[in-house]
Amino acid sequence: MAIRLEHVEYKYSEGTPMETEALHDVSLEIRDGEFIGLIGHTGSGKSTLIQHLNGLMRATGGDILYNGESIYREGFSMKELRRHVGLVFQYPEYQLFETDVFSDVCFGPKNQGLSEEEIRARAKEALELVGMGEEYYKRSPFELSGGQKRRAAIAGVLAMKPEVLILDEPTAGLDPRGRDEILGQIARLHKEQGITVILVSHSMEDVASYVDRILVMDHGRLRFDDTPRRVFAHCRELEKIGLAAPRVTYIAHALAEAGFPMKTDVITVAEAEEAILCTLAAEQGK
Amino acid sequence: MGIIKTEDLTYNYIRLDEDDKIREVNEAVKDVNIDIRQGEFVAVLGHNGSGKSTLAKHMNALLLPSEGTVWIDGRDSKDGDALLAIRQTAGMVFQNPDNQIVASVVEEDVGFGPENMGVPTEEIWKRVDSCLEAVGMSAYRSSSPNRLSGGQKQRVAIAGVMAMEPKCIVLDEPTAMLDPGGRREVLRTVRELNEKKGITIILITHYMEEVIHADRIYVMDQGQVAMEGTPEEIFSQVEKLKELRLDVPQVTELAHELRKKGVPLSPCILDEKQFVKEILEARAR
Repeated sequence: MAIRLEHVEYKYSEGTPMETEALHDVSLEIRDGEFIGLIGHTGSGKSTLIQHLNGLMRATGGDILYNGESIYREGFSMKELRRHVGLVFQYPEYQLFETDVFSDVCFGPKNQGLSEEEIRARAKEALELVGMGEEYYKRSPFELSGGQKRRAAIAGVLAMKPEVLILDEPTAGLDPRGRDEILGQIARLHKEQGITVILVSHSMEDVASYVDRILVMDHGRLRFDDTPRRVFAHCRELEKIGLAAPRVTYIAHALAEAGFPMKTDVITVAEAEEAILCTLAAEQGK
Repeated sequence: MGIIKTEDLTYNYIRLDEDDKIREVNEAVKDVNIDIRQGEFVAVLGHNGSGKSTLAKHMNALLLPSEGTVWIDGRDSKDGDALLAIRQTAGMVFQNPDNQIVASVVEEDVGFGPENMGVPTEEIWKRVDSCLEAVGMSAYRSSSPNRLSGGQKQRVAIAGVMAMEPKCIVLDEPTAMLDPGGRREVLRTVRELNEKKGITIILITHYMEEVIHADRIYVMDQGQVAMEGTPEEIFSQVEKLKELRLDVPQVTELAHELRKKGVPLSPCILDEKQFVKEILEARAR
């Protein structure tokens, strides 16, 4: 289920004096089963980009191919595309509206015209995937905690069985444990169900520990498209565009600069720990 | 008595059914006693639903206690006549910058507070100048707020609160919606206000790295103060923090893990420079 963007451009208010370019010549391919992190400063075009991926926004230039077929071709079913590419917006809990959690999760599949039985099965499965047991089914979504609401909202999208799941800052405003729980569940979904995941995040530490490829947006352009290790090696450049590397990466750099011989391309605490122990052990061996 | 003091503060969210009968009482804050001194930088941590925001809203009388008392600069928050004075003493900055900006030009937004307080025009402009200067936004004074980045908008919101010359600013997750650059900007601004102007800061956040420079930290759990102490005292209790759904800064976690493996490091390292120094010492041994 590859999605390919070819020279995609998007201009707001095209042809007026207010014209602003939100995406400039973006070309990239999202392959089956990838776990991608999308980072960029506020206003860099991240949200505009993801809304193109399921056809909510229409490119003013370039083309988007879904399985080799242009989504702008006449007769292409956008409805079908949106069924395959699920989008979880920022603060999705504001979109919960049903009287209980179970009905809310049923809403998506119901609109796909599935049988009652299938709808219930899908909702059950989706709630299980986000770690919400039967005790939550009849609860009002408004009685849940922040993290629970967020998971219920994600289940609502999962119930439509998307092949590509895009999440726009799914952990904003959550406490550290809630953040780990949600990201852990997303990682499990990716691993067990083979879903392609695109994670938009402002937390470099989260991106570093979960994804295997990072896209960096800056002023509507795709600045980097590489593995986390290689992207975070550009920490000075990232800072210039309002981003950063994970804190441990800076610590490793500081140690190396102070004359402690260790590799500096570490991006998680565990990696830094290993690298430091490795250097200490090697020196003691001498 | 400090600038903000609570005595046995309890706040109940009460849910009514269709007949206005009480269906459920939820104790969001329970028997909280805190005392914040003028000029302190205090951080409040706690998981979602621990009562942090409810507590914060008592600090400028947005909420009034169900039981107990809150004094803001010596004034009882239940005293209706003191309300305006209380709101001028303690300003508030919220999570979403878009919900806090009212005017269509930056300088007018900053002047909105003092104008409503009846400050003379000349004085308003003076304050607008100095507040925009303090948050590093002078270059944008004639811009439209909707053209600014999240961090810039949040700094304008802080300038707007500062223009009312509060003794104390309460920030409720001011960086939750910002990119790393925006977070750095806001944090730097807040620390400067505290250090240079002596404004009392109460910072609520989920980012552990933001509170390592605080004078004191309160950790909330189930509406109560579960831990209180300096950053060193709090972050040395890695396991307890994890129990409370919290975390420690990456440098602290790294040092903690290395110590477990026998590397001789101090029990709680918060500062990256300190960490580098101790690693070099450990190596020399």
